[in-house]
Amino acid sequence: MHELGIVFYAIDMVEDLGRENGLTKVSRVTMSIGEVSGVVNDYLTDCWGWACNRSDLMRGCELQIEQIDAVTVCNDCGRTYRTVEFGRTCPYCQSGNTVLLRGNEIEVKEIEAC
Amino acid sequence: MDAMRVIEVKENVFASNVRTADGLRAKMHNEGTLLVNLMSSPGSGKTTLLSATIDALRSDTKIGIIEADVDSAVDAETVAAHGAKAVQVHTGGMCHLDAGMTDQGLAELGYEGLDLVFIENVGNLICPAEFDTGAAKKVMILSVPEGDDKPLKYPLMFEVSDLVLVSKIDTASVFDFDRQRFEANVRLRNPTAPILYLSARTGEGMDAWYQWLRSEVAAWKA
Repeated sequence: MHELGIVFYAIDMVEDLGRENGLTKVSRVTMSIGEVSGVVNDYLTDCWGWACNRSDLMRGCELQIEQIDAVTVCNDCGRTYRTVEFGRTCPYCQSGNTVLLRGNEIEVKEIEAC
Repeated sequence: MDAMRVIEVKENVFASNVRTADGLRAKMHNEGTLLVNLMSSPGSGKTTLLSATIDALRSDTKIGIIEADVDSAVDAETVAAHGAKAVQVHTGGMCHLDAGMTDQGLAELGYEGLDLVFIENVGNLICPAEFDTGAAKKVMILSVPEGDDKPLKYPLMFEVSDLVLVSKIDTASVFDFDRQRFEANVRLRNPTAPILYLSARTGEGMDAWYQWLRSEVAAWKA
């Protein structure tokens, strides 16, 4: 269960931050999730609720997910396009020589805490 | 009650794992032990390949194995019967091994004095590709029956691998596996990784694999 591992890592990171900053309660965590990162947001949210209840600092903490649209750049014609719509083949010049620019992120963006 | 405040983090969730993995790599480099992460789907022949590899290299290479599975110890028992030091690590329901679990496995194994340690990762083409275990080299195995289109379906696995092994080539006559198509699909994601074709059962192609391992062990110790 891929999402569970991600949730454990995110919570560990927030708990470290909590210790460093003397936090007692985290009310919200915002994560940036790339459109083609392979994360299923519903699963992430389910795992989140379950895992947060195991920690005093995190209990009841809301997870906010900010999606990052995936964009690919073509190395041959230099143009960018939406990855999800066209995949690996450039819609302008039909080249397969393309690289994902963004959309692969799995990040903790910010937290709200006291 | 104190007022809530917003703290900006902007960090990849795997950042702490990458730090642990980097530390592990440095430790293994000092010891001169090459850690190789073997990844594939279930049933691609990882355990058979390892058993043959232990038999072939045993005389000049000290080998250890970390078997990672959700449950059971069947793989560790199989490879231990071939004379390698082996431990079984249970991931507790997780679909992959991370650097922390690898570190525990290495401590349990006792890797001091070993030349080569294999991690037999959980059978899965998705999650193991995302987690850095601290291995120096990543090797993925795809068996002929799985088909030549897999690099398109599991791109990250092929992108992160240092070597791609195609196993069970003795079954090629009954499956529709096109080497040229496969290589083109791999090259879309990974322009440089060598691709080796082999069969642990007949021994075909195994020498190139052993040669790769020997030269990587020598380079790691140099």
